[in-house]
Amino acid sequence: MLSVALRIGVRVAITTILSLVLHLGTARAEETMVSIDNFTFEPAQLTVKVGTTVTWKNRDDIPHTVVSAGKFRSKALDTDDSYSFTFTAAGDYTYFCSLHPHMTGTIKVE
Amino acid sequence: MSDFDHDHNDQRPDDGSGLNRRRVLECMTWAGTGVLWTIAGGVPRSLGLVGAAQAAEPAGLTFLQISDSHVGFDKPANPNAIGTLEEAIAKISGMPAKPSFMIHTGDITHLSKAAEFDNAERIISQAKLDVHYVPGEHDFLDEEVKFYRERYGRGTKGAGWYSFDASGVHFIGLVNVVDLKAGGLGNLGAEQLEWLEQDLKGRSKSTPIVVFAHIPLWTVYPEWGWGTEDGARALDYLKAFGSVTVLNGHIHQVMQKVEGNVTFHTARSTAFPQPAPGSAPSPGPMKVADDKLRGLLGVARINFKLGEQRLAIIDTPLQG
Repeated sequence: MLSVALRIGVRVAITTILSLVLHLGTARAEETMVSIDNFTFEPAQLTVKVGTTVTWKNRDDIPHTVVSAGKFRSKALDTDDSYSFTFTAAGDYTYFCSLHPHMTGTIKVE
Repeated sequence: MSDFDHDHNDQRPDDGSGLNRRRVLECMTWAGTGVLWTIAGGVPRSLGLVGAAQAAEPAGLTFLQISDSHVGFDKPANPNAIGTLEEAIAKISGMPAKPSFMIHTGDITHLSKAAEFDNAERIISQAKLDVHYVPGEHDFLDEEVKFYRERYGRGTKGAGWYSFDASGVHFIGLVNVVDLKAGGLGNLGAEQLEWLEQDLKGRSKSTPIVVFAHIPLWTVYPEWGWGTEDGARALDYLKAFGSVTVLNGHIHQVMQKVEGNVTFHTARSTAFPQPAPGSAPSPGPMKVADDKLRGLLGVARINFKLGEQRLAIIDTPLQG
């Protein structure tokens, strides 16, 4: 009896640890930042895994937007405002600032 | 080219600006009054001071251009954009010769907040002049994109374009800040260009034309988006006219050029200066020493002088 309970206990512990490790692993891959600085997206090209949330933060003294035609569109981001989007499907997402369209970037989702 | 084109070099003083080498493109009789309207396609003057500008009493039509007031802007480049707009309006109110009206070439507000529009209106109305607005990209940032249209969109077409006549001059307000394409510049769009073509159709080619829009219609610096993708098409419709003046804002500094019969001019902002093209990593607000700021902000006064060969655009800094 005791050995069975122990075995189950160990199994539960291992499963818990495994799931914790897995969870932490995915959490780390799930979030990444793009900085908007000096009228540029930094990095302008970014490759992420499916399920990743990308957060853009505007560090300029001028508002910017993050717009990918038909995919996502932020409101105007004032200084230090952020916008996040979670990529649930693979593909190349090109985006730009609809106020300053020379500002462009790409998120490659694999 | 019109039949009236001829060279006026012999009649023009050499003022050292190279103007005597430029052709006067059109001389015309102003039908209806018999007054000889003579407008030169030369480089507009850019005097510095209110005093100098007012020394010569203007005759004919005088109007003002104000631009990029960015009400709501409070960053280091100018923590008090409302204050400098108030100063600009006070200067306008203090002009001894009252202009006929004012045009505002956009970016009235910084973030399109209702309170920003309210403050702008409260201050600008103190000049007690009619104001003809066109929007900047900063005026269309509210969620429903309605604040600008509710205030200034009445009687306009599409995103807010329109035309009107004043003292024999045809004014056209264009919108080049909507539906911008990734990687591109300012944009007028097919619908607006079609309207412009119709608006100009059948109009006498001797009618002086003033076009105003927020982003420069000519390519100033594409690396910073300072130009209009389909601006050349608009200019194509205008090239047959003898006198065309294009007034823009957006770049927060005075810049001008002459191309054929078209004079291009950009006005200063009343809020904050921006760097000269390529002189900084980005076109963002330029922080200068506090005592230099007012020398880089200001308004423009445009005068069509009767009986003079030159159209005068006088840029007036808030100080300096």
